Formats: sequence, C-alpha cells, structure tokens
Amino acid sequence: MAEFQSYTMNFGPQHPAAHGVLRLILEMDGEVVVRADPHVGLLHRATEKLAESKPYNQSIGYMDRLDYVSMMANEHGYVAAIEKLLGIQPPVRARYIRVMFDEITRILNHLLWLGCHGLDVGAMTIFLYCFRERENLMDCYEAVSGTRMHATYYRPGGVYRDLPEAMPRHLARPHRKGHRDAALDEGRDGSLLDFIEHFTQRFPARVDEYETLLTDNRIWKQRTVGIAVVPPERAINLGFTGPMLRGSGVEWDLRKKQPYAAYADVDFDIPVGVNGDCYDRYLVRVEELRQSNRIIGQCVGWLRANPGPVMLDDYKLAPPKRTEMKESMESLIHHFKLFTEGYCVPEGEAYAAVEHPKGEFGVYLVSDGANKPFRVKIRPPGFAHMAAMDEMVRGHMLADVVATIGTMDVVFGEIDR
Amino acid sequence: MTQILADWLGFLPIEAVEAVASLLAILMLAVVVILCVAYTTWLERKVIGFMQLRQGPNRVGFRGLLQPFADVLKLLVKEIVIPGQANRWLFLTAPVLALVPALAAWAVIPAFPGFAVADLDAGLLYLLSMTSLGIYGIILAGWASNSKYALLGAMRSAAQMVAYEIAMGFALVGVLMASGSLNLGEIVARQSGGMSQWFIWPLAPLFLVYFISGVAETNRAPFDVAASGLFWLAAKTFVFLFVFLWLRATFPRYRYDQIMRLGWKVFIPVTLVWIGVEAVFSVLEIGPFA
Repeated sequence: MAEFQSYTMNFGPQHPAAHGVLRLILEMDGEVVVRADPHVGLLHRATEKLAESKPYNQSIGYMDRLDYVSMMANEHGYVAAIEKLLGIQPPVRARYIRVMFDEITRILNHLLWLGCHGLDVGAMTIFLYCFRERENLMDCYEAVSGTRMHATYYRPGGVYRDLPEAMPRHLARPHRKGHRDAALDEGRDGSLLDFIEHFTQRFPARVDEYETLLTDNRIWKQRTVGIAVVPPERAINLGFTGPMLRGSGVEWDLRKKQPYAAYADVDFDIPVGVNGDCYDRYLVRVEELRQSNRIIGQCVGWLRANPGPVMLDDYKLAPPKRTEMKESMESLIHHFKLFTEGYCVPEGEAYAAVEHPKGEFGVYLVSDGANKPFRVKIRPPGFAHMAAMDEMVRGHMLADVVATIGTMDVVFGEIDR
Repeated sequence: MTQILADWLGFLPIEAVEAVASLLAILMLAVVVILCVAYTTWLERKVIGFMQLRQGPNRVGFRGLLQPFADVLKLLVKEIVIPGQANRWLFLTAPVLALVPALAAWAVIPAFPGFAVADLDAGLLYLLSMTSLGIYGIILAGWASNSKYALLGAMRSAAQMVAYEIAMGFALVGVLMASGSLNLGEIVARQSGGMSQWFIWPLAPLFLVYFISGVAETNRAPFDVAASGLFWLAAKTFVFLFVFLWLRATFPRYRYDQIMRLGWKVFIPVTLVWIGVEAVFSVLEIGPFA
C-alpha cells in the first residue's frame, strides 16, 4: 500500500470559525490533525508600548480593547496595579460596584462564548438567545459609563461615577408599535440597580433555557465529550487559568484564593470539572453564569443599603467636582494638572491580577517615578491557552479543531495585545 | 389537455400537438416547482427567524414575500468569478449538472391524482437514479475549481450523499414491497382510503430512516405524496418542512465521521432488517403485504 503524506491546510485568518484572526497551519492525515501550529500576532496593536507613552489614566481605554468582550475586567487588572503602586484602596462602595460589574462582565463574556461555541458546533439558535441577554447587560454598561462596550469606568481610586438613579429607556420609534416599547422597557422603571435586580431574577430561567438546548443534547455531547482533554497536571504546567483550568478539575480561582475588591464578603461557589474535556469546560462556564448572577444579586442588596463615595477624596487622583472647579482656583489647577500631566507614581513595581472571565489577567507595572509607566506587561489568559492548541487537537479530527477553538474562548484582542 | 390543443392547432400533425402539450406540462410543473422552492427558502428564513427571536426577511414586499425574487435577481446580476486555476468548462457545467436532475426528478411525481408529466412504470427507479445524479454536479464543482478546500468539501458531501442514498434506497425498497409497484401513481393509489392505509405505519422504521436521511442529505422531498386533496397535501408537506427547519434551528452539527457512522452502521442495517421483516410479512400475508 502506498504511504500517504500528511496534507497541509491553512485555517484562517479569514475563516469564520477562527474567532477573529487566528491563523492555524494544520498538518492533516486524512481528517485527523497531526500537528497544529497557531500563528498569532495579526491583531497586535502594541498596547503595552502605547501605555508606556502616556499618563496612567489615559491608558485605561486601551485595556477595554484588549479582551473586547470582557472590558471592565481588563480595566480592573490595570487600575488594581496602579492602586498597588500608589498604595491606595478605593472606597468600599466602589469595590462593590467593581465586583458587580466584574460579574456582569463575566456573564457578558460567557454568553458570547456560549453563543459562539454553539454556533461553531452548528447550534445556531443558542447564539441569538445569548445575545438577547447580552443586550440587557450592555445597557447596564451604557447606563453607567455612556458606552456599550469600551467603558473606561474603573479609575485608580474608585470608579468614574456613582450608579445612575434612573435607567435610560427606549425612545419611541415610528416603526415600532407601542407594546414593543413596553416590552423593551421591561424592568426599566426604576434605577440601574432595580434593572440589574430584575435581570438577576429572570436570568436563571434563561440559563435553564440554554441548558435545555445543549446540556443533554446527544449531538452536543458527541461533539464535546472526550474532545481536547487536558489532565489537571498538564493544565497547571501549561499555565492554564480560569475555566480552562477549573474544567480540568483544579479548584483555582483568584476571587477565592487571593480575594480582591469585595470578593471576600460575597458568597459564591467555584465549579470544577472532572474529565477536562470540552463538555466539562462547558458545564463549568454555564455554572459560572449562575454563580455570577448570585454575586450580582448580593452586590445589588449591599449597594442599595450602603450609599457613600465611589471615588477617593484626593484631587491629585480624582477630578474635582464641576461646581467647585467654577469657583475655586485650586480646583481648576487640580483639574488642569490631572487631565494634562496626570499624576506621578512612586518608583517601584507591582503585579496585580484579577480573575478575568477567561482566567488570570495580570498587569505588571514598573514605575520610575514619572507620570507614565516605565514598563507595562500584560499577562493575558488566552495566550497560554492558545499555546496548548497543538497538544489539545493532536489526534482529533478537523471539526474538533473548531470545537477546541470554541472551548478556549479565544479573543484575539488579548492574545495579540 | 391534448384535446383542447388539438382543437386549436388542428392544422398541425398530431405528434406536434402532443409535443407542445408535454412542453406546456413541463413548463407548468417547472414554474410551480421553482415557485415552491423560492417560497420554501422564504419560509425557512421566516420560521428560523421566529425560532431565533428575529423577524426574518421583512423589507422586500409585504412581510418580505418578494425576498426570494430579490435574491435571485441579485445572484443573477453578480459578476461570475472563475478561479484562475479552474477548468472553465467543467466549472460552469457543474451547477447545471446539479440542478437539472433535481428538476427532472419531478417529472414522475404525481402532482395531481392521475397526473404526472411522465407516468413511468418504473417511476421509483427513475426518481432514485435522478436524485443520485446530483452527486456528479457536486464532485465536478469541487474538482473543476482546482482548489483543495473545494475538493475536500465536495468529497465529503459526495461521500455523505452516497452513504445516505443507500439507506434511502433501501427504505424505498420497503415501499416497493408494500405497494407491489414501481409506479408512483400506483403507490399513492395503494395508500388511499384514510390514514390507516398509509404506508407510514407498517414501514415506520423505514420512514424514520428515510426522514433522517432526508435531513442528512437536505433533500426535502416528502416521503410519499398524499392523494386526498391539495389542502392535506399542503398541510402535510408544511408539517414535514417545519420539522426539518425546527431540527435545523435546534441541533448542532454532527462531525463528519459521526455522520458516516450513522449512515453506514445504523441506517443501512436497520433498513436491511426491516426489508427482511417485510419479506416475512408478505410470505405470511400480514398487513398491506397481502
């Protein structure tokens, strides 16, 4: 019998299942992958270098654009590193707001992941179901920061402003009938907190809906069970974090192991998988949806009961109030200095990490005492996961590569930076 | 119809009149079939839109009813791109080869009781052979484009179609055994007289196999064509179509090897076993096999 040579296939960067700009060089033996070589860097935007060229606060917006589906979680890692260098702690209300929005972000991220993973494996409808709920959470982003995605809401020393008292409502549109407006504005009668609470009450039933479509679905299980198995020791050695690590059965979560913000005061569980395959990682993430919802509910209760400042009362870091600025010369100077020169950070270095929806998102800052960082190093969780691509898909079939990309929750903004 | 035409075209020889009559019949059938296909695409988008919290097409015409025509127009005026490496002649022939047998297969379908464009005695065989020919179009398209991705895709879909065609063919053998005829009109006639006479019941396993194979091949031909009036035909076809779309909106895709396993290792054995069971039934004269 003649020997078959392996066949080289180029997968991406324009392939719709490549989740953005992943380029894979696949060596195939028939339908079976012999070697997978991921080529990264097509979305490299030199975020670290850009952040080194301007005052600290002006780079927060770049962090949103790293993992562009979990915006505020990226900001959290960056501002936490600055706060560590400055040696400051934001007010407790700001910490709760951060926890609440970190978890909203986690749900946003996991919903996008669930929808895209489903779509990759051919389940179309789940995608649109997930985007329905994402829309509500994006409205929360918009209510609090003015933008749906790139919020720039977290600031060193707190958050940009307190939660709004009124939830924005839809404008009447000529082509939309009145009852549609009422349906769109469901839960928007009160404040943002009322809206979020309304969301947390209906969200568990929605997660049940997603699970009916997938969890016990024979085809879904045949496509994910036993695919891309990573044993726990290997997962640790490969530098996996987040659901990728927990899916392999390692109970590691920075929110529990190194509590930051207000995570020490909220009650939640860490789901872990057993087999370390795509299906377990799916189950872990779906359970995280429920746990995040639980955390949000607790934050809403606390934030209702405890009004207070959301930003440090330090005009070297936080802009003064507009009214003061109009009357006091000192405030005007503070404002001007803050928005042009920024603030200087004491010499030193700091690493701060948060439990990002995808894993450990860390920012390492080196300061030489100037108003901009000497060096910024971002540790994206997805990069380590992508490095395991070859190991995870070797010996599987071509269609499993797509399932594996889905289970990694690949977003190239953070991998390429 | 030939009679009416003969009155009008009396000056022509009768052979020419018959030719005109069959051309007219073909034209009518083709228009109806193409319109049905057009509105199946519209229905598909509407039904899946409804399942996915979307509107579906609603801009062109009332509720998007003109969308299929807009799509066809758009496709017709598009630039024809022929890859540089492709075999030009084959590349252009392939879609024709895929479409023509699909339309030609309709010739034997009894659209109305007692009417089919070609009332063949071996209609079922003709149907089987015509639907199999479509594979050539797919293989040729993949091969003529001279691109490895297209070729791989074509090979896969051809392998899949072949696997399921065998199962579907065996399922139809069962129908054949039950009706004792290869003529589609007679097969329909044998099932007249209420739902209890439908072959679906004695041939339930075959029907399931045929149905799922139909999904796998995305051939949307219904299993048998009801004889009892157009409304029931339409209603029944709609139910099948709806289930097809429902499945499409609900389920993930099988992996290639899983599809092949289902086709070769499950469906073909099931159909073979049921054919054996039917043979026993007809020897013992049970049910419709008497």
